[in-house]
Amino acid sequence: MKSLLPSPLVNVPTKAPTGIAGFDEITGGGLPRGRTTLLVGGPGSGKTVLALQFLVHGAQDCMEPGIFVAFEESSQRIAANAESFGWNLAALQKKKLYFMDAQPLSDLIQSGDFDLSGMLAALEAQTRAMGARRIVFDALDVILALLPNPATRRREIYRLHEWLLAKELTAIITAKSGGDEASAAIQEPFGFMQFMVDCAVILNHSVALGVSHRDLRVQKYRGSAFDENESPFLIGKSGLEVAVARTPARVDAKVSSERVSSGVERLDTMLGGGYYRGASILITGFSGTAKTTLSGAFAEAACRRGERTLFVSFDSDCNEVIRNLASVGIGLDRYIEDGSLRMISARSIAGSAETYLVRIKTIAKEHGARCLVIDPVSTWYKSSNDLTAQSVADRLIDWSKGDGITLVCTSLLDEMSNRAEIGSPLQISALADTWIHLNYLMQAGERNRGLSIVKSRGTAHSNQVRELILSDAGVTLTDTYTAGGEVLMGTLRWEKERAERVAAEAAEAAAKLKRVRLDAEEAELEVRVKSLQTELVAKQVEKALLVRSTQSHEGELSRGRTQMKELRGADATIAASKKGSPQ
Amino acid sequence: MSRPVMFKFRLFVAGEAPNSAQAIANLAAFCRAHLPDRYEIEIIDVFREPKRALAEGIFMTPTLVVLTPPPVRRIVGTLSHTQTVLLALGLQDLTA
Repeated sequence: MKSLLPSPLVNVPTKAPTGIAGFDEITGGGLPRGRTTLLVGGPGSGKTVLALQFLVHGAQDCMEPGIFVAFEESSQRIAANAESFGWNLAALQKKKLYFMDAQPLSDLIQSGDFDLSGMLAALEAQTRAMGARRIVFDALDVILALLPNPATRRREIYRLHEWLLAKELTAIITAKSGGDEASAAIQEPFGFMQFMVDCAVILNHSVALGVSHRDLRVQKYRGSAFDENESPFLIGKSGLEVAVARTPARVDAKVSSERVSSGVERLDTMLGGGYYRGASILITGFSGTAKTTLSGAFAEAACRRGERTLFVSFDSDCNEVIRNLASVGIGLDRYIEDGSLRMISARSIAGSAETYLVRIKTIAKEHGARCLVIDPVSTWYKSSNDLTAQSVADRLIDWSKGDGITLVCTSLLDEMSNRAEIGSPLQISALADTWIHLNYLMQAGERNRGLSIVKSRGTAHSNQVRELILSDAGVTLTDTYTAGGEVLMGTLRWEKERAERVAAEAAEAAAKLKRVRLDAEEAELEVRVKSLQTELVAKQVEKALLVRSTQSHEGELSRGRTQMKELRGADATIAASKKGSPQ
Repeated sequence: MSRPVMFKFRLFVAGEAPNSAQAIANLAAFCRAHLPDRYEIEIIDVFREPKRALAEGIFMTPTLVVLTPPPVRRIVGTLSHTQTVLLALGLQDLTA
């Protein structure tokens, strides 16, 4: 038996696994064993494929041979159609799978009432012969339509149901539903059949805004818990794939504390070393804010480390992306050549979000990708309704986490919309581990790119807005100036820087000038001090000379008188005193 | 009045089911009324011979298989509408 994800509901022996990825999880292990399941859906909703896959899985993997009763399409056509799924019907048909063609002939003539006993008798013989455990009645409505009135239809449904219960066959009965709304427009006999059967599944195929979308819903399942919500599904390469919103086994994904580079050195610094391995990173921004460039830088860094990377571009062709990124110094072409990078371009209109997710998963698995870039993921919003895109985005993140893939998605914000500031349309922001927001800042007639980290789980991160500069040398981040509460960028930042530089130079020159002037003044003063000192000395000398000359004069005088006295002699003292007075 | 054409019928029935019993009675009455002495009826019970029903692709009972004259035709039901059966057998001119 195929290994299923562990869940308390799986592998209960009362269920017959369908082998349909996701469906067994929804129903907790498959369809009710030995009971009847009604499969209702509009044209092309995948009823036949689901029913056939159930039989093929039983025959191939569960040792449960099966019978396919075809009321509408011939068995050859069904087999041919199923060929594309890679189910080896030819080999199975020998022993384990029997097709019974029970299409009413076009020239069938009807006269009066009839019943299905003949078919049941024939089936009973066949069941016994091959030991069948599973049976499918495809398009039972075709044959019921031949019955004349509701009472006989009801009678035949009872007959069939009782027969199935008696034989303990696990059965699927498919029936068309009338309109688009599957549950409301089922024809009268099937309305009552839904009450009778133990399990009812409704398939829905709708087109919203030109995009096809399939989902299925388990309407009832007696005696079992089941997921009651609509689950989107796809008809993929190997049959149905049902998307399960939450797989319990994946919730506790491997958590890594390893850092991987964002490809921009300063961004790594801002994030404390880079993104976490296996984390989901969301880059939001208006168009032209370098979202692609930033994710391209991440892809280049991943390839440089030798990690296999997948780059999914929804808006441009791969070659365009490569060329555009090359212009800012991000060279991806060499990694495409050596095979480590795979780029796919998925233009927006190719399918539903569900289709994208499955395709991306498949390619990522094929490529063995460790890093994944989706640019932009917001395309999904465009291609489906809000709710589906949201659940797809949830599952994308769940899946990448579970597989340890580092995921970078960009999300385009609509400049016109009001919610530009907060949250991306897809609300991935709530799930993403790191959210980088790119913005234009309009100032002084120019736009400049600003980068800020809105959140980054488990990381101390810078809360500053940085300016993102693209040049042919690559992507760089620059500090921004804050002036008067506003962040300055671009030319303003440059002007501010320049102004500051000039001011500093001027200040320096002024200081120099002042010093020189002071020096001069000092020198002058010193000179004056010296000359004054010299003058002082001169004055002092003069003063000293004056004193001396006065003394010597007086000495001369007294000496003169004495000499005169001596010359006149003693008797002349009176005469001298008489005559000497005029001298 | 009578033609040399022989009508060979094979009627698949489901045991004693009311539909089937009705069909047997209707067929017999029809043949007596419209094809006196030029008919053969083989009755097969699908419960006894399910393999034959499977081989011939009989899923609804009762089913009348008209083997001759060619082409082979099938008429499903109790054969209660005589007019339909006549039309199917190309006999409507006879009663007209």
